[in-house]
Amino acid sequence: MTKFHRNGLAKMYLNSIFTNPERLERLLDIAQSSFLPLLEGAIQYTIPLTLISFTIGLILATLTALARISTVKFFQIIARIYVSIIRGTPLLVQLSILFYGLPTVGITLEPFTAAIFGFSLNVGAYASEVIRAAILSIPKGQWEAANTIGMSYSQALKRIILPQASRVSIPPLSNTFISLVKDTSLASFILVTEMFRRAQEIAAFNYEFLLLYSQAGLLYWIFCFLLSLVQGRLENRFDRYVSKA
Amino acid sequence: MIAINNLHKSFGDLEVLKGIDLNVEKGQAVVVIGPSGSGKTTFLRCLNILETPTAGTVAIDGHMADFSKPLPKKQIMEFRKQSAMVFQHYNLFPHMTALENVMEGPVTVQKIDRAEARAKAEELLTKVGLKEKMNEYPFQLSGGQQQRVGIARALALEPKVMLFDEPTSALDPELVGEVLQVMKELALEGMTMVVVTHEMRFAKGVADEVLFMDAGRIVERGTPQEIFDYPKEERTKQFLNLIQNADTI
Ligand SMILES: Nc1ncnc2c1ncn2[C@@H]1O[C@H](COP(=O)(O)OP(=O)(O)OP(=O)(O)O)[C@@H](O)[C@H]1O
Ligand SMILES: [Mg+2]
Repeated sequence: MTKFHRNGLAKMYLNSIFTNPERLERLLDIAQSSFLPLLEGAIQYTIPLTLISFTIGLILATLTALARISTVKFFQIIARIYVSIIRGTPLLVQLSILFYGLPTVGITLEPFTAAIFGFSLNVGAYASEVIRAAILSIPKGQWEAANTIGMSYSQALKRIILPQASRVSIPPLSNTFISLVKDTSLASFILVTEMFRRAQEIAAFNYEFLLLYSQAGLLYWIFCFLLSLVQGRLENRFDRYVSKA
Repeated sequence: MIAINNLHKSFGDLEVLKGIDLNVEKGQAVVVIGPSGSGKTTFLRCLNILETPTAGTVAIDGHMADFSKPLPKKQIMEFRKQSAMVFQHYNLFPHMTALENVMEGPVTVQKIDRAEARAKAEELLTKVGLKEKMNEYPFQLSGGQQQRVGIARALALEPKVMLFDEPTSALDPELVGEVLQVMKELALEGMTMVVVTHEMRFAKGVADEVLFMDAGRIVERGTPQEIFDYPKEERTKQFLNLIQNADTI
């Protein structure tokens, strides 16, 4: 198609909306009637998928970070390999292996379960680097102060180091979280009827691709915007013990 | 109270402590002086096993640690309880108020009931003159106040020995006095303490014994008068000249 033609098509689309009241009405109707199914997809799958995967992922990430900074070579190596594999392969490939590949060796996962596995492993790897850096950024004197009042390694970690490390890691972890919200749309590929798959299904039925994908995009954007507000509040809360100067 | 025998510490090839022997009686205050890099900090840290000595033995109040073989974690923890360290840069926990800093050891380590730990922490903070500042975070306190919280935090665990590593050297001059005053009161109450400091007035007024350390060894020891007024070793004389001149420049 030439540039002229494409422009022409866009013009026609817009013209048709504004000059043809029936067309506009049809679009509004579809937008309205698909809103609830999309939201349902979000509430049933997108949001639970995000929350569950992020929680499991964070635990995995903390363990991985601790393994990375531990003095036991074996733990270090396992953690390195895990992070390297997850970061070095596309998420879509990982999901495909979990859902379409594993049945070949007799492991069959439900779409939702496979998605949880995939996203948790993903968050675990990416967030582990954030948490590792945050732990290493806490001055050595904090460990020493914890030791001199008699704390064990795990007590120092839990009471002194991780609370301070979490403050440092809120901005980068928020990024991970927001990416995850959007990445859950990839679960559509392994048959999870989350928000984006709903949009695909409705559009396949009425051919209004532009409308439905934009609508889904808008909803993702709203979620992410709300999350960035939460991030701001969290940062303020954690900043109460640092000098504002 | 403290019996140190042939204590050695190396970092790789660098031998920092070359055989330290020292006995400190209960209730004594010992001041350690010496040039930068002579191993004073390392020596103190070894007594609290923040640094693991390479050889030698240390006994504090009958608890013996023999560093010629690796110590089990349990024993290190038990040994550490005998002493507590006050750091040059305070190392307060920034995410906790002054009160929470002091309560942390008793609550988390000694598993003392919160209300009881709180009462004790309030008492200690009052003792170091910070009754009004209990609920402030470290960043809201001056250096001198932070260091006094540091002392209260160490005291909360009721250690038999207090270790001070240049507790006033990071402070503005006008804040030094308030910290030294607290330390002096502790000494008068009979706390056994080992203090690395170059505060001559404190050493003269409070120390029972002064040690001069150089290049990983205790070169000379004696009463404050013996060391400051009649030093015998050439190196001690040179060092004292240096710090006294620095004061008058
Ligand atoms: N963790 C470490 N690794 C390697 N070398 C170290 C370490 N800690 C200390 N040293 C070295 O050990 C020597 C003694 O250091 P130490 O801090 O005990 O001296 P100091 O007497 O406290 O000096 P200052 O008066 O400057 O505080 C120095 O040469 C120092 O570089
Ligand atoms: Mg030092």
